[in-house]
Amino acid sequence: MARKVPEVNAGSMADIAFLLLIFFLVTTTMDVDTGIIRVLPPPLDKNVDPPKVKDRNIMKILVNSRDRLLINGEPGNINNLKEKVKDFMDIHPDNPNYPEIKMEQIEMIGEVPTTKGIISLKNDRGTSYKMYINVQDELAAAFRELRDNLSLEKFGRKYDDLVLEEQKEAIEKAIPIRVSEAEPEDVGGK
Amino acid sequence: MARFKQSKSKGLPAISTSSLPDIIFMLLFFFMVTTTMRETTIFVKIKAPAASEVEKLEKKSLVSYIYIGPPTQVKYGLEPRIQLNDQFATVNDVPEYIEQERNARDEADRKFLTTSLKVDKDVKMGIVTDVKQELRKVGAFKINYSTKKEVRQ
Repeated sequence: MARKVPEVNAGSMADIAFLLLIFFLVTTTMDVDTGIIRVLPPPLDKNVDPPKVKDRNIMKILVNSRDRLLINGEPGNINNLKEKVKDFMDIHPDNPNYPEIKMEQIEMIGEVPTTKGIISLKNDRGTSYKMYINVQDELAAAFRELRDNLSLEKFGRKYDDLVLEEQKEAIEKAIPIRVSEAEPEDVGGK
Repeated sequence: MARFKQSKSKGLPAISTSSLPDIIFMLLFFFMVTTTMRETTIFVKIKAPAASEVEKLEKKSLVSYIYIGPPTQVKYGLEPRIQLNDQFATVNDVPEYIEQERNARDEADRKFLTTSLKVDKDVKMGIVTDVKQELRKVGAFKINYSTKKEVRQ
């Protein structure tokens, strides 16, 4: 004769689960880490002179300790920095005011004109981090828009929507993010 | 003629709570999967700046963090400090920290190690630059400026 097994009281199960839940809520974080990814240049070799770059190929951006911008020797504004960078890095054939153009053979897209332009960014030790990020962001936006333009022209899609790695690489090759960061100066003090 | 049995109201029937644990467990699993463990206690105040051109940081196990910001407690001063792991540090400690982080990883993964700079937006660039120079010296070239995502108007 089988005896009836008494049912286990599961009423407190919910409480136990709640405790666990609260423990995990407290000890874990949900924040997704987002940020601007950059690759630092390797340290300079003191014996090797830095390569000479023609003046017309450089766009100099200076940020001082008051967070003011100086673009190629003229006071600049963060709001139109992106447009200026885009304009500078765009292809302007036979225009001595813009960087030189080099024809390059790139896989997937064939022969395209590429610019020799370089953005040179220099900041003061007193520049605020917020301003620095703003400038980096504007630069990144300018390059992304240029890449989008080329990508739309060649592949009919925006750069971020490209599926094939080869296509992405080709676009990256045609429009590399050429931002050079000069060693900072301490002019404005703290 | 069939007659419906008139059930005499015997008070409200008790709501079955036997599935409540299941629901809570479901929530629990959701949180366990979507969140990550807090690894360090942060002693510095960090209000990350916002930027629109951000990328998501993949592979959190391959990221080492450097926090820079003013200390949360006044007794540690008001000037921005660097925090590595669970303690305050100076710029000179950065190479050692990177070395430690490298040794903690698989040899194959070491070259993918990213350094995430979590910096308060009001910190001056001087200290950030010093850290960057140290990173350059030890060859930790891949860095990530931690920022919040903001939609560009």
